[in-house]
Amino acid sequence: MTDKRTDLLRGTLDLLVLKALNLEPLHGVGISRRITQITKGAFEVSFGSLFPSLHRMEEKGWVDAEWRASENNRRAKYYRLTASGRAQLKIEEREWNQVVKIMTAAVESA
Amino acid sequence: MPSRIVSLFRNLLHRKAVDEALDDELLSSVELLTEEKMNEGFSHTEARRRALIELGGVEQVRTKVREIRVGRLLEDFAADLRFARRTLVKSPGFTLTAIATLALGIGANAVVFSVLNALLLRPVNVPNARNFYLVQRLRVPTQAYQDYLDLRDRNRTFESLMAVKFAGEVGIDPGGNPSTVWPILTSGNYFDALGIRPYLGRFFHASDEKGINSAPYVVLSHAYWRGHFDGDRGVVGRTVEINRHPFTIIGVAPKEFRGTDLVFSPPLWIPIVEEPTVLGSNSLPNRGEHNLWVVGRLRSGVTPVEAAADLDALGSWLSRTYPADDEGIKFSLASPGLLGEALARPARAFMTGLMLLSGLILLAACANLGSLFAARAADRAKEVALRLALGSRRSRILRQLLTEALLVSLAGGAIGLTGSVMILHGLSAWQPLSDIPVSVPVNPDARTYAMAFVMAVASGLLFGIVPVRQVLRADPWQVIRTGESGGGALKRFALRDLLLVTQIAICAVLVTSSLVAVRGLVRSLHGSYGFQPRNAMIVQTNLRMAGYTDDRLPDVHRRMLDAVAAIPGVTAAGYANDLPLSLGGSDGFVYSDSTTDFRPTNQAADAMSYSISPGYMRAAGTGLLAGRDVTFGDDIKAPAVALVNRQFAVKLFGSVDKAVNGHFKLFGGKRIEVVGVVEDGKYRTLTEDQQPAMFSPFLQNDSSNTFLVVRSKRDPAEIAGALERTLHGLDSGLPLTIKTWTEEMDSALFAARVASVALGVMGLLGAMLAVTGVFGMASYVVSRRLRELGIRVALGAGKREVLGSSLGRAIRLLVIGSVAGLSLGVAGTRVLSHIVYQATPKDPMVLGGVVAAMLLIGLMAAWIPARRALAVDPLVLLREE
Repeated sequence: MTDKRTDLLRGTLDLLVLKALNLEPLHGVGISRRITQITKGAFEVSFGSLFPSLHRMEEKGWVDAEWRASENNRRAKYYRLTASGRAQLKIEEREWNQVVKIMTAAVESA
Repeated sequence: MPSRIVSLFRNLLHRKAVDEALDDELLSSVELLTEEKMNEGFSHTEARRRALIELGGVEQVRTKVREIRVGRLLEDFAADLRFARRTLVKSPGFTLTAIATLALGIGANAVVFSVLNALLLRPVNVPNARNFYLVQRLRVPTQAYQDYLDLRDRNRTFESLMAVKFAGEVGIDPGGNPSTVWPILTSGNYFDALGIRPYLGRFFHASDEKGINSAPYVVLSHAYWRGHFDGDRGVVGRTVEINRHPFTIIGVAPKEFRGTDLVFSPPLWIPIVEEPTVLGSNSLPNRGEHNLWVVGRLRSGVTPVEAAADLDALGSWLSRTYPADDEGIKFSLASPGLLGEALARPARAFMTGLMLLSGLILLAACANLGSLFAARAADRAKEVALRLALGSRRSRILRQLLTEALLVSLAGGAIGLTGSVMILHGLSAWQPLSDIPVSVPVNPDARTYAMAFVMAVASGLLFGIVPVRQVLRADPWQVIRTGESGGGALKRFALRDLLLVTQIAICAVLVTSSLVAVRGLVRSLHGSYGFQPRNAMIVQTNLRMAGYTDDRLPDVHRRMLDAVAAIPGVTAAGYANDLPLSLGGSDGFVYSDSTTDFRPTNQAADAMSYSISPGYMRAAGTGLLAGRDVTFGDDIKAPAVALVNRQFAVKLFGSVDKAVNGHFKLFGGKRIEVVGVVEDGKYRTLTEDQQPAMFSPFLQNDSSNTFLVVRSKRDPAEIAGALERTLHGLDSGLPLTIKTWTEEMDSALFAARVASVALGVMGLLGAMLAVTGVFGMASYVVSRRLRELGIRVALGAGKREVLGSSLGRAIRLLVIGSVAGLSLGVAGTRVLSHIVYQATPKDPMVLGGVVAAMLLIGLMAAWIPARRALAVDPLVLLREE
């Protein structure tokens, strides 16, 4: 199924989740859809990876959650970036850009 | 980080709420997805099916989320604990055996460690004890007061040096109800230098010392104040009589201050300048009398090495300046509290040995439990296999087994520690020598608890890992198919055999050493001391306490002897100023007759010196080898004479015969003729090398310190009553202590007794462990082979075959282990001979005893399993399967 993609995502999942939440608070399913959208359909995150990642971030204090009504009036758990989550997003973005630069240089050097 | 800690508590404390929240979230996600699919045009059922597929299974997601939560390890651990508790409770016999075994092992270690800690690791209880030292003369703790003054004033490395001296027993009269007490004499700077503040009143100071007898003050210990003055705050300023001389109570020491000695807690402190008043003799001006010890604290920043160099310089200065007394004098630092090396060395050797033995006990206990756990793991092979087959990870199963082991070891440790704390409180309150304030405060401290905890965890891990290989190699398919854990059986047995042999060997070591010690004690109790303590009574008194002046002593002694000798049933009576193997006893240098220069290096011997009456040797049961006894004619007007022992005769004159009528000299040149030679004896300790000794007639050299030896075949209680009546008839004010000589020797035998009891207990523990070990092994083998045995019996096997096949292995292992342990024990008990008189493993009784003990152990342990094997009823067994 999406095993390969999840493998690819490992390590970048946190960055994608933080990025997805940067615009507005979302529930789990919403985050999954948003990631698919911002990666232009390249990644489909499995819920088996997404929920553990979300809960870990919640325990670390990067996101917090509240129950509220969804657009269709269903109760859903919405996740929101905290200040430390925003800081973490900055860090992860910077690290990612560095990795990209280094990898690009490395790949193109051949 | 704080958010993680909050999460940890939330996860642990509100697990249910956290789980429910997760379920809610997952359910709402399913609904959101279902809605999405329905919007794409699927029916509700189909949409829900697709939603569940996309989510990847609610249960799987839930497990994955739980796995990342903080505190998951703890939760697993809690689950393991619950499971371990359940499985352990299910087999109470196994659990109780295991816990009891460990409790014994850990308890024994905690007790021994606590004593070791109290005697050797913990410093004496004075402020800033780390750089507090005892200054020794060579390897002897005793110093002369004059040397002390020089050390105190001329050293450059000590903050201050204090002199401390045992005054022995003195009479105290607080104004009615007189009693005796063991005070300490100290230099005036004592309390100030130690930095102790008085609980009541004041202490004496260096400024109170204005010469001999200038400070008639006494400071009470807190305990003595509570016990003898009912904690009366008005005692300060009161006068008490000590040996009939008035002293003013100036203060009470704080409760926690027990002096600078570990085992002796003084009830009173008196300035040392009062020595002539208290003791009636003045040794202070005499540089040759070494009878006090010197302790002090190093200046801050001074290392022990620098202090030693300073002391070396002082030693050579003293040696040059006072060659007559101090030639060759050298000082060294030692730890205070146990009279320097004198007590510390044997104590250290013994306690280290004991610690090793108790360590061995714990090791044996671990070996025992290791094989028990291995056997149990084998029996649980099916359970383990099932769990493996259901997808449990091996590490998880191992963790669970270790948890079980740890639970057992912690329970054992807790019980062992509780027991040991009770024993230790008893020990601390124990006063081994009835009338002397000697006790060992061995109450456990944090170190003991930490030690017990570490031991519990370490031993839990130790025996817990024994079955690990077994589990790692287990093949679930094989086990489930055959019910046996497969090809590993042979090897596993080898490991368990090894453990059992080790354990039995350790136990045999323990049994050997305890038998050696007990045997040594028995021998020393019936051994040759150079006198016969049986059927002899000892009357102890001090004439100075009773108010007699020195010139009246010979007369009073003689009247006492005459009165006692007239008691019906008394066959002999004699007087001595000190008894061999009691706490006192003095020694002095003797010189050959040709000596004119009496510096220490010219001495011919350092001889024990006693003052005795005619008839003492007969009363004491000491044999006269040559010459004559002293007589009442050997008085102050007659030539100075003495009896000497064989060692003295041989050392100074070459033989017993040459000694009689020979002459020797004392320090200063006093010439003494030897009139008789008596047999050798023990004088200070049972384990000493043979000492030379001399006995002067009391009429030439009397002392107020009085021991009467009264030999009689009559009942001790009867004769004691008669003695008291007779002597109080002479003087009703005489303070008397009357006991049998055997009782009097308690102090000399104390170390050997303690050693024997300690080793005896170790041996007993070792034997118990051996019994449980062999029992466990034998009954396990029997229970596993019950079916096979049944078949054999059915096929006509006799009792012998059944026993041979069920117990042969255990017995063989027992024999191998015993032989190994016995030879190890024989090699190891050499150490014991330092403490226990005549401890030798080369004793047929010991060897026979060990063999018999091990056989008995084997028999006891194998009895029940053997009965079970013999009672095998093939019909019942075969029907069961």
